[in-house]
Amino acid sequence: MLGSQPQTGGGKNAAAASTGRPVLSVRDLSVTFRTEEGSVSAVDSVSFDVEAGEVLAVVGESGCGKSVTAMSLGGLLPRSATVTGSVLLEGTELVGASDRQLRGIRGDDLAYIFQEPMTSLNPVFTVGRQIVEVLRLHQGVSARAAKSRAVELLTLVGIPSPARRVDEYPHQLSGGMRQRVMIAMALACGPKVLIADEPTTALDVTVQAAILDLLRDLGKRLGTAIVLITHDLGVVADIADRVVVMYAGRIVETAPTQELFDAPQHHYTTGLLGAVPTAGRRASDGRLQEIPGLVPVLTVQPDACTFAERCPAASDRCRTSRPPLAPEENPGRTVHRFACWHPAGSEEDR
Amino acid sequence: MTQTSGTTPPETPTVEPSVAGLATMGTPPGGETAPRRGRVWRRLRRNPLGVVGALILAISIATALLAPLLAPYSPAAVHFDAPFQPPGTVGFGLGTDDLGRDLLSRILFGLRASLEVGVLAVVVALAVGVPLGLAAGYFRALDAVISRFTDLMLAFPFLILAVGLAAIRGASLGNAALAIGISQIPGMIRVVRSETLRLKELDFVAASVVDGAGDLSVLARHILPNALSAVIVQATVAIPVAILGEAVLSFLGLGIQPPDPSLGTMLAEAQQYAARAPWTAIVPGLAIVVVTLGFNLFGDALRDALDPRGSRR
Amino acid sequence: MRSYLLSRLWQSAVTLVLATIVVFLGVRALPGDPALAFAGEERDPASLAAIRAKYGFDDSLLLQYWRFVSKSLTGDLGRSTRTNIPVTDMLASALPVTIELSALALGVAIVIGVGAGVVAAVRRGRPAEWAANALALLGLSIPNFWLGLMAILYLSVATGLFPASGFVSFFEDPISNLHHLVLPAVVLGTGLAAVVMRQTRSSMLEALGADYIRTARAKGLGPQTVIGVHALRNSLVVVVTILGLQLGGLISGAVVTERIFGLPGFGKMTLDAVFQRDYPVIQGVVLVTATAYIVINFLVDLTYSLIDPRIRLAGVPS
Repeated sequence: MLGSQPQTGGGKNAAAASTGRPVLSVRDLSVTFRTEEGSVSAVDSVSFDVEAGEVLAVVGESGCGKSVTAMSLGGLLPRSATVTGSVLLEGTELVGASDRQLRGIRGDDLAYIFQEPMTSLNPVFTVGRQIVEVLRLHQGVSARAAKSRAVELLTLVGIPSPARRVDEYPHQLSGGMRQRVMIAMALACGPKVLIADEPTTALDVTVQAAILDLLRDLGKRLGTAIVLITHDLGVVADIADRVVVMYAGRIVETAPTQELFDAPQHHYTTGLLGAVPTAGRRASDGRLQEIPGLVPVLTVQPDACTFAERCPAASDRCRTSRPPLAPEENPGRTVHRFACWHPAGSEEDR
Repeated sequence: MTQTSGTTPPETPTVEPSVAGLATMGTPPGGETAPRRGRVWRRLRRNPLGVVGALILAISIATALLAPLLAPYSPAAVHFDAPFQPPGTVGFGLGTDDLGRDLLSRILFGLRASLEVGVLAVVVALAVGVPLGLAAGYFRALDAVISRFTDLMLAFPFLILAVGLAAIRGASLGNAALAIGISQIPGMIRVVRSETLRLKELDFVAASVVDGAGDLSVLARHILPNALSAVIVQATVAIPVAILGEAVLSFLGLGIQPPDPSLGTMLAEAQQYAARAPWTAIVPGLAIVVVTLGFNLFGDALRDALDPRGSRR
Repeated sequence: MRSYLLSRLWQSAVTLVLATIVVFLGVRALPGDPALAFAGEERDPASLAAIRAKYGFDDSLLLQYWRFVSKSLTGDLGRSTRTNIPVTDMLASALPVTIELSALALGVAIVIGVGAGVVAAVRRGRPAEWAANALALLGLSIPNFWLGLMAILYLSVATGLFPASGFVSFFEDPISNLHHLVLPAVVLGTGLAAVVMRQTRSSMLEALGADYIRTARAKGLGPQTVIGVHALRNSLVVVVTILGLQLGGLISGAVVTERIFGLPGFGKMTLDAVFQRDYPVIQGVVLVTATAYIVINFLVDLTYSLIDPRIRLAGVPS
């Protein structure tokens, strides 16, 4: 079980031993919501690292806890949520940090981009004002300097005639342009980590590609680590260096992108990829059907594989014993790990 | 900011993120189906304030209907030997006024008049507002015309309307109800219009149009029944407004005329001797507050039950 | 912006013309001979004929309407049949009282209503919200004239803290003027505050759940900025509209409040006219009210479009 792993310090040291120092190190992150029906677990012992300039994709269906994970990193969850575990941003612990401390970090070292560019910008303020706001808040620059910096940022994200656009309102821009504004706003203070929650889902396909290119390019150029939350494996293949697959609040598999696509081990991953036929269990579009509402297993914590009910290879063992994310050494590093008793590639790999 | 313990996020509360979707699960958009009605009823019963409101309503309606049986005296009966008796006096539970009239009896009959005006006014608003609202929402061509009509009615505030009606036709219960009812037409039109606009876009309505159903049949069979819940809520909130309106008009002498009992005229009379006998002003006023509060509580609960997210306007 | 304003201007103009027709026909709908109504005390045939000639009651309706409109436009609303004072002069002395009262009440309503509404939305599910909701419900359920009576009874008569009635011009004695208007303004503003509070609360809740609020928080903005700038600015659009719609209620409420506190304003003028069957005055009062309502609502729409750039720039009401 992941619960037995060392907390804060151990994870950090383990990370330093490998290739590079992670800027963001998440250990045993769990989120539960208090509801009228009792406590509901949304994220269960999630651990991962991200390095500077690296793109880590977190994939899964809606309701799998990936967005809750994203929101919990910056302390953006509502009061009804309880977060435990550890989130280290360049050595600073974010779990349990004060509101003031978190506000100082959000928008500065840790920035967000959200799914809906149409509604994520405030309709009653100019885009320039919204960028200036974050610059003045975190960098204390003058209004004038912030304004010219805003124009530079709009240029950086590829908005034509930025000097004019800076004084326009969100409704005057197209969806793709608004998402570029969001990116400009997120990058304004040179964040260490950028969390992009479904950044292209609401956009046209052609615009999607352009935005992804922009994100990857800027991430590498500015050395920003990107945590990309998505349900779209096409997006993952395009941009991610490593992938974390989540199901029902847990990480079920993690691997470098290429390896995950070439040799998926968890049956949920293979289902997502459509690599292995899962007799009648797949939706016609080649993806697993979205789970309606909340994934029911979140309300209880069964001693079982959470995917057993939908898994083509499930055995009695899967229903009575929970598989650990193995191998357990070097948690969070770039090795291929998965939580399954009967991995899909077992004939070849094991 | 104060240091918060554990991992509580910052001050600002947000609606639960959609991923967690905990609070809003299982609410199909615009699903006006039979099981929905059962759910509405359950939600209504679970809301304690709504139950209190419903109780107040039931009691006031019952007492108003049974006023002739319940009232110890005729509301007009004067007792010159017992003027200004305070509440609690034997025989006059809520006290008496300057002429020794029993306040309890007058309030019971006054309540009856209040509810009468409330219902009459809402009937006027429904009779004009619902057809016009349906027409404005359904037939694009009529929308602008009806909008001007609505604007026009809004331009005459209800008291000014009542003043005009009183000037032309004289002051009476009927004219007060008419003035209040007319002033409530625009609100009714607005609610029905926006419901119609919304429902018109739904698939099942579009499908019946494709099937060749006539406009009137679509309106009567599909749109009106589904708009009904919004109409009921609007009517529920319109009645207390009408009751307050009647009280105001009667207080000013533009509504029910003395000696007919009305909560408004009771307060108007009490104004002269309120310093000497404050209960003559307090008791009828409290009666109005309790009844309107009952309607408002019930109306709020009904609205919440029909639309738990309160997004409808 | 221009097309939006032009269309609103056109709509307001149409409504105004319709309103004048309604007022004009309303006077003609008086039972019996309108000359009799306008004659007041003098009822001999000679003066009736003179009145008929003076007001042109024998001319065609169209001509009469035209005369009514053109006279109104030049500020000639006729004379009181009781006092023979020009209606315009009566309005000139009564309106300032009512406007001051209404403005103060509006101030009370906005301060209390927006404040309580924001608190209720931000402190959702906590005692503060419960209290704000309960107050709003009471505000909606208590008739303002009864509140006025109680205020006079317990704050004026019993304690002498405030004058129970009367009015002093602001220009004569500003302190005394405000002293006389505090209670009426609070009484008149309470009901409106309840409406404003409920509207503010629901639009704040909507705004607080919006994606752009999440963005604002993700930027690291503090609660004051997130609520006070990002959410409130969006909520105010709706609140301003509500204020326009509540204007009718404010006018009605002012009439009652003036009656209770004995203020020599528009309401007293109106009620006196009704009870004295002073038709030129009633006609003038109704006409002025309708015009004021239409003009002010047009101004509200202007404000509305200033707050919301989507309307200002694109002319599409959201």
